[in-house]
Amino acid sequence: MSTLTNLTIAEARNGLAKGDFSSQELTESHIAAMEAARGLNAFITETPDIAQLRAKASDERRAKGEPAGAMDGIPIAIKDLFCTEGVLTTAASHILDGFVPPYESTVSANLMNAGAVMLGKTNLDEFAMGSANITSYYGNVINPWKGKGGKDLVPGGSSGGSAAAVAARMAMGATGTDTGGSIRQPAAFTGIVGLKPTYGRCSRWGIVAFASSLDQAGPMTRSVRDAAIMLGAMAGHDPKDSTSAPLPVPDFEAALTGNIKGLRVGVPKEYRIDGMATEIEGIWQQGIDWLKDAGAEIVDVSLPHTEYALPTYYIVAPAEASSNLARYDGVRFGLRVPGDSLDDMYRNTRGEGFGDEVQRRILIGAYVLSAGFYDAYYMKAQRVRRLIAEDFKKVFENVDVILTPTAPSAAFAIGEKMDDPVAMYLNDIFTVPASLAGLPGISLPASLNSDGLPLGLQLLGKPFDEETVLRAAGVLETAAAFDGRPA
Amino acid sequence: MSLDKDTVRNIAYLARIRIADADLEPLSGELSGILDWIEQLNAVNTDGVEPLASVVDVTLPRRKDEVTDGNCQDKVLANTTDPEDGFYTVPKVVE
Repeated sequence: MSTLTNLTIAEARNGLAKGDFSSQELTESHIAAMEAARGLNAFITETPDIAQLRAKASDERRAKGEPAGAMDGIPIAIKDLFCTEGVLTTAASHILDGFVPPYESTVSANLMNAGAVMLGKTNLDEFAMGSANITSYYGNVINPWKGKGGKDLVPGGSSGGSAAAVAARMAMGATGTDTGGSIRQPAAFTGIVGLKPTYGRCSRWGIVAFASSLDQAGPMTRSVRDAAIMLGAMAGHDPKDSTSAPLPVPDFEAALTGNIKGLRVGVPKEYRIDGMATEIEGIWQQGIDWLKDAGAEIVDVSLPHTEYALPTYYIVAPAEASSNLARYDGVRFGLRVPGDSLDDMYRNTRGEGFGDEVQRRILIGAYVLSAGFYDAYYMKAQRVRRLIAEDFKKVFENVDVILTPTAPSAAFAIGEKMDDPVAMYLNDIFTVPASLAGLPGISLPASLNSDGLPLGLQLLGKPFDEETVLRAAGVLETAAAFDGRPA
Repeated sequence: MSLDKDTVRNIAYLARIRIADADLEPLSGELSGILDWIEQLNAVNTDGVEPLASVVDVTLPRRKDEVTDGNCQDKVLANTTDPEDGFYTVPKVVE
């Protein structure tokens, strides 16, 4: 059965259609893999009973000749930031203790309606705040890839549990969410594909909010084709999310033509940062060469406000977070720590319920929004955000996609970069600018570094042009022929 | 911008987060470090630039003002620890 866990979603779809195996067989082999790899701590809640029920229902639909959709019978994992009806939803925070949503997020409902089988809820950084999956109340996630001498590495974050589950063959795909890089950076650290769609492509309804103007759900898979299939099942207009785009969902898989002749690929000089690791520069150049060899035209471009994206993000995102997380007050649901007065109860609950990084961000957010500092910080950041978005707009008048590295390094050891919050924030230096502009981006594994760890390349596209991003990514994937996998 | 302990204590009060006295000093150091780093934005000339609050360039759609949901008392009460006669009970929040 172990070979079933090595299949891609596309291969499994074909195998299910031909009757080579059942969804129940496919699901059982993934449940076994999930149990065997518990040491990675990729899941907060395993839902094997739900998985078996849905797999059985899928097989019955198929027997009647009525498969539900593109993902019918495919076992996947759901990041524990998506509300799932009747299943504990934690956002990896103590403050949501015991919260069982009576409703299902639109994205997970869309996947369920397409026939997908939920294996469980994956671990993440608390409230999706982090780049190493070391801020979860439920403990660190371990990267299935090992460092020198078998050292444990971080899987990236915040969608670290989803990334580890897909890389370690526990799930065929997983949902992630990306606010400043939380799909793309962990995908790069674990050698898988991660796609952040355009802001508005997937509904945010039922996803625990972090920074509402940035949060976007997307697929994490082991191939570009799988990302296309899974995005198709996740996306779509939702009247319950006022920022959800009223656009039809294209056939993303059909975009994978393998032909990028004449495609114009921008290479932004500002991403060539001081002290860039030679292995990162090397893989970037390799990516440029691969696209050139496939007939693309390489164009040097400039995004002059790039260096200001991270500090802008670290005003905008905490400001929105401090507002969004005000709802966790111990009054209606989740953790409640009693106190002598109402204020005391609020402060005790939030002091105990939120971890250090979440507290830091709420405090920064409250500060930049406070009277006297609002203009100097928050409005300033929103103005710079417009300049960053306009940079991209100008460049995309002349190119079809932009190619950059995904992250400034490969996965690092647990415990590194922990003394200084800013050092940790720098992980997202290449992913945050496109988040601020709301653009689609994909990370795909390109090669292994000298320590045998995966390195990712990132492609960014125009708003709602995931198809071109996927098409270019498909060509890069073929050229890279990445076949590395964790031990 | 360097934040002293009293400022941090005040922000923590505004955010209703209890911070132990012993943690105020290291926390003010961390927050000051983050603020120093984000102040590089002052180098950017933003004269005449409109703030960008959302990349979605549409006015918020309005739905019809009509009841579309309801009759789900069990679901509404699912997350209260102490339901009473079909009501959702919470600690007293009006002083």
